Amino acid sequence: MHTTNPKIRLRGLTKRFGDKLVLDGVDLDVQPGQGMVILGGSGSGKSVTIKCILGLIQPDAGTIEIDGRNVLAMGRRDREALLDRTGMLFQNAALFDSLPVWENVCFKLLAQKRITRAQARDKAAEVLAQVGLAASVGDLSPNELSGGMQKRVGLARAIAAEPDIIFFDEPTTGLDPIMGAVIDGLIVDVVERLGATAVSITHDMASARRIGTKAAMIHKGRIVWTGAASALGETGNPLVDQFARGEREGPIQMELRK
Amino acid sequence: MLNPLSFLALIGGAALAACRQVGALTLFAAEALSHLLRPPFYPRMFARAFVEIAYFSLPVVALTAVFTGMVLALQSYSGFSRFGAESAIANVVVLSITRELGPVLAGLMVAGRIGAAFAAEIGTMRVTDQIDALTTLSTNPMKYLVAPRLAAGTLAMPLLVVVADILGVMGGWLIGTTQLGFSSASYLTNTINFVQFEDVFSGLVKAAVFGFVITLMGCWSGYTSRGGAQGVGAATTMAVVSSSILILALDYVVTAMFFG
Ligand SMILES: Nc1ncnc2c1ncn2[C@@H]1O[C@H](COP(=O)(O)OP(=O)(O)OP(=O)(O)O)[C@@H](O)[C@H]1O
Ligand SMILES: [Mg+2]
Repeated sequence: MHTTNPKIRLRGLTKRFGDKLVLDGVDLDVQPGQGMVILGGSGSGKSVTIKCILGLIQPDAGTIEIDGRNVLAMGRRDREALLDRTGMLFQNAALFDSLPVWENVCFKLLAQKRITRAQARDKAAEVLAQVGLAASVGDLSPNELSGGMQKRVGLARAIAAEPDIIFFDEPTTGLDPIMGAVIDGLIVDVVERLGATAVSITHDMASARRIGTKAAMIHKGRIVWTGAASALGETGNPLVDQFARGEREGPIQMELRK
Repeated sequence: MLNPLSFLALIGGAALAACRQVGALTLFAAEALSHLLRPPFYPRMFARAFVEIAYFSLPVVALTAVFTGMVLALQSYSGFSRFGAESAIANVVVLSITRELGPVLAGLMVAGRIGAAFAAEIGTMRVTDQIDALTTLSTNPMKYLVAPRLAAGTLAMPLLVVVADILGVMGGWLIGTTQLGFSSASYLTNTINFVQFEDVFSGLVKAAVFGFVITLMGCWSGYTSRGGAQGVGAATTMAVVSSSILILALDYVVTAMFFG
């Protein structure tokens, strides 16, 4: 179908924690410049998948290729070079609470010595403005921010170094609907402007349609469906449609533990 | 029926786990040390840790040292006066402080403060994904979080112990001159004439070793912590208990090396 090589290619990705099989052979292709949305129930392994791609979790089996190169076989230097071009927004923002917001936002640029500390404040103000935060927020400590503000600072930190692969773990969870739409717009904009490849996790279908060109659904450790994000809700796949419409009745049974 | 062998299996399992831990700890220390030799370096992180250890531990260490010197003077007086050896008091105080009590008590105090603080801070960073975030932000967490702290601990502890030595001796002097009837000059002459370079030097070597061990156990417990607030609490306890025990054990080792 596609003639280009995928930016990210997962094959048979498997991960278990103790005796719990979380990923059971995940296969996924993400094309360059594509906005891929990963859907799936809570605890289905979406965050784990992303962390495997980033090398933060070592999978038990399977391959991960980025630009056609096997990440798991890479040496430390190559992997670091790859991470230099990658951005990540963590589900809980994971801001450094010992540093002020401006240093958080410019952390990667400073680490790569692309700007000086004197320039960092202005740069931080500029990136913060993109996520709808005032420059004065830069001087606050992360624990003085609301959850939604932390999320936006995390987003600012993920995009400040203009990466060419970006992972967003629930970018709009905890934001009000308007700010959610603004952030979605920002993500689309960043991806277009940087020509970046974006992989997002979201539970919000409106958001998924806005930021995704493609969507994939993970269920019971496998990708059970991939297709156009715009089709969500009427894909014809009962699992996906139930999930997208948020219906209680359907093939997905919530596992309520007794 | 309980299998009698299951008891042995339990001991064996615990021994194996202990070996694994020691192995992992050694690799951790070796990796951290290797980062001290390769750039980039983080002078800012080093300075922060150094101030935290050396400067903010000063009050606790100073109080401990002064009172220990005072108690030593009183105790040795009540012992030595029985056979008329009161003149040895200054010697006993300065020897005990520089060789043993200065480094060990300062070490235990700093283990309580710094071991716990580092374990809690790094442990919280671990369970809130901040350490993973460092990796995605072109920063090696071992190099950024652990290496500067180890260097700071190893260098700051000897400084603290110099202060503890001086204040400990002053504590003894205070009691000697105010309560035991020594003249200030004779007490200080006794002290200075008796103490040897090796006494002080061995104490400072101990201090450096303790500083390394405290920061290592603090960083390691935090770095490997799991499972939310409870995990961080366990890591903190582990850091303090293990570094305290290691301080006492290594105190013996270093003493045996110098004077054995
Ligand atoms: N470090 C870990 N140790 C043990 N189990 C883990 C670990 N990380 C994740 N898990 C388990 O893996 C499963 C998948 O977790 P993951 O965080 O990927 O879920 P998710 O799909 O992102 O869910 P959510 O939408 O709620 O964020 C969960 O059941 C979780 O308990
Ligand atoms: Mg998640």
